[in-house]
Order: sequence, then C-alpha cells, then structure tokens
Amino acid sequence: MNSYETVFILTPVLSDDQAKEAVQKFESEVSSLGGKIKHRESWGLKKLAYPIQKKSTGFYFLMEFEGPGSVVAELELAFKRDERVMRFLTTKMDKHHLAYAEKRRAKLGEKKSASAEA
Amino acid sequence: MSQNDVRYLTPIAIEIKKDKYCRFKKSGIKFIDYKDANYLLKLVNEQGKILPRRITGTSAKYQKKVGQAVKRARHIALLPYVGDMLK
Repeated sequence: MNSYETVFILTPVLSDDQAKEAVQKFESEVSSLGGKIKHRESWGLKKLAYPIQKKSTGFYFLMEFEGPGSVVAELELAFKRDERVMRFLTTKMDKHHLAYAEKRRAKLGEKKSASAEA
Repeated sequence: MSQNDVRYLTPIAIEIKKDKYCRFKKSGIKFIDYKDANYLLKLVNEQGKILPRRITGTSAKYQKKVGQAVKRARHIALLPYVGDMLK
C-alpha cells in the first residue's frame, strides 16, 4: 500500500454542481479500484499562472488516497478520457510528505474551527 | 593633512562575506510543498527561473527537491513557466 496525492484542475465552464459531480466520479473510481480516500480538499476557482486550453481560471481539487499502484494508472486514464479535466498531477507520498500533510490538515482544521467560532 | 589624502563623504562599503547556509537544513524543513506557491517564490527569480545554489546556499540534497517542487508547481499552473516581474 502506498499513499498518493492528486491535484487536478477542472474547466471553469462547469457549474458548482457539475464540478462536484465530476469529483464524485473520480472518488468512486478510486474506491472501486481498491483505494481508500483519506482526505479531500477543494480550493475553489483559482486563477492559473498561465492559460491552459485558452482558459485563465480553473477549479482546483486535492485528493489524498491510499492504495496499490495500479489505482494511479487507472485514475490517470480516467483523467485523460475526461474532457472536464484540464490538468492533473499525482505524486507518491514519502514519509516526509505524509508528515507534512498531517500537519497541514491539522492547521486547516484549526482554521476552520476558528472561523466557525468567530 | 597632505593633499593626496582621499576622503569620502560616506564610508565606502566594504564587502563582508556572509556565510551562506542551507535554509532547509537550518530550519529543519524536510518536505518542500509544491502546492505553496508563495513559498516557492522565494526560490525563483523574477522571471520564474530556479535560483542556483551558488546564490541561495541550499545544500545539494535540498536543491534537488526545490527543483522538483518548482517543476510540479509549474505543471499545475501555480507558477508560470515563463514570467515577468513575479516579485
């Protein structure tokens, strides 16, 4: 079992619901192949540093999962087949990356609870 | 006072060699996040080129990771491949 982290960008032409549905699709793809999703994050509509497919913005999503390496190949194939995906990047997480992700999550959780209180 | 004595209005800047150090070793950063574009900006010049070790003082071990992180950030459009006036 390895841990992987995937960042992908969806086209800005989608509505929020359509974007959510696309994310759902990829998540179910991962879990159906024997992967376990550990964390998901939506960064929302962000400006790109350079235009991709003549678009200057995109919906960013982050997904962290555990599973055998074969999941990655299948997931990336699904990304390539899907027109809604503009870019994707999957990285294997080593122990330092995992420790960092843990810390980052804790920080995000803190921020969320702080903003909920305020 | 002799005529040849050179006097300056402001004291001339004498170059003091500052010891370079690896910022990752010093502060114990083990993983360089490719998702943190603001941090990566410290490691590139205004054109978005990766700064050499010669200037930043990063150790070879971490320079490799810096390169990797910057290139990943470029792929997911968090940093430009070619930029101008990034800072």
